[in-house]
Amino acid sequence: MAVRVPGIGLAKGLWLTLRTLFTRPVTINYPKEKEIPVPRARGVIALDPEACTVCMLCARECPDWCIYIEGHKELQPPTKPGGRPRSRATLDRFDIDYALCMYCGICVEVCPFDALFWSPDYEYSEGSISNLLHDKERLTKWLGTVPKAPALESK
Amino acid sequence: MSALLDNFWILLVLKVVLIAAVVPGVALVFIFAELKISAHMQSRIGPYFAGGRWGWAQPLADGLKFMQKEDLVPADADTPVFKFAPMVVLMSTIAVFVIVPFSPRLIVRDLDLGVFYALAVGSFGTIGVLMAGWSSANKYSLMGGLRAGAQLIAYELPLVLAVVGVVIQAGTMSLNGIVAAQAAPVFMIGDFAVRLPYLLQGQVIGFAIFIIAMLAELNRTPFDMPIAESELVMGYLTEYSGLRFTMFFLAEYAGMFSMSAIAATLFLGGWYLPGLSLDTLEVLGPVILMAKVSLLVFVIIWFRWTFPRLREDQLQSLAWRWLIPLALLNIVGTAVAKVVL
Repeated sequence: MAVRVPGIGLAKGLWLTLRTLFTRPVTINYPKEKEIPVPRARGVIALDPEACTVCMLCARECPDWCIYIEGHKELQPPTKPGGRPRSRATLDRFDIDYALCMYCGICVEVCPFDALFWSPDYEYSEGSISNLLHDKERLTKWLGTVPKAPALESK
Repeated sequence: MSALLDNFWILLVLKVVLIAAVVPGVALVFIFAELKISAHMQSRIGPYFAGGRWGWAQPLADGLKFMQKEDLVPADADTPVFKFAPMVVLMSTIAVFVIVPFSPRLIVRDLDLGVFYALAVGSFGTIGVLMAGWSSANKYSLMGGLRAGAQLIAYELPLVLAVVGVVIQAGTMSLNGIVAAQAAPVFMIGDFAVRLPYLLQGQVIGFAIFIIAMLAELNRTPFDMPIAESELVMGYLTEYSGLRFTMFFLAEYAGMFSMSAIAATLFLGGWYLPGLSLDTLEVLGPVILMAKVSLLVFVIIWFRWTFPRLREDQLQSLAWRWLIPLALLNIVGTAVAKVVL
């Protein structure tokens, strides 16, 4: 049986706090120093409007209902002479309300045409909560911060 | 220098300025030390931006903020008692400095019963705490005040009994006399006189009991039940705001200063440091005492950020079943040693 010195726990506690006193604090002074997020961090959702087909899957699957989509059909001129004009869905509005978003990533997972991406950028705090509603243009701008997809595994 | 110090009026002004300005100033420094040390012990940085560098102006900013706050008195409160309580607490801690010797001559009044005076005046703050708790008309304040009362009664005994050992060894209750007794050689090795503070002259148990009882008297963790945030909101401080809260806050840190100064004087040799002549000590004495006080204050802060709070019955059991018998044994041992040696 190990011998227990009475009060050794108190000494251990004191030793721990004393050691911590002389180690570097883990605090990062945010505006001056910045933590570099990992590449796949869930910072903000970027939108590629060209790929979007207004299928509404993301808006339906969103648990918070924080995605607002509006679109309309446009008739495209036929590709071949004598052909039939095709209808194509165009995106009018694509807003994500980051005041509601819980960063679950279901919209990114569910998008069948790879129009949504995770970006590790996180610096978009606002003074007013209404400014957290990012519109299509703002969401498209986040595309620049999306890291490149990793190379496919070779067979 | 010493001719100037012999003039009664110059000396008096010096003493008054020292007490009135230096005590709250030092308390502010200790508040800042608490902020910084607590932060680094938790791997944080603590105040950083106030004042430009290291956040040195944080306690000043806090003080200014408190002064801007409204001085609220609850509707059901006993107004005169409620308003008077913080002054009693602050006065009792500041009054202790009357007998703390900063150097052979820098002492407001070297009372013959200095130790007795210090302990009596120091525990006077309890009345202020009880007044605050009773007059606030708040159940948390009342519980906090009663806890403080119970705690201070329990720990006043070991505190006094721990000091008795030193008083027996020194043969005097005057604090300057106790320092002088520690400056006297204990024994000689050839021509070299060995001078030891009472901590190294066998008062280890006395010192330990004094420190524990001191923590309890100051309501510092692990004995901070009177203001236990998780149970009593803020104890007897719950209803206080603004300047009156600042007074309590300042009194806590000034109390740390005064109790540490007494502990340093009684057990660590006060302003005396072996190897320095009395003339040098006239000048360097305050610095030496402050160094010893700072060490003790660091220990108090260190304990606060290490130990969890005791339960109320554990607190009472520690005082009555362990500290008081130990202190009595310490007195017996010291007295026997004094007679035999």
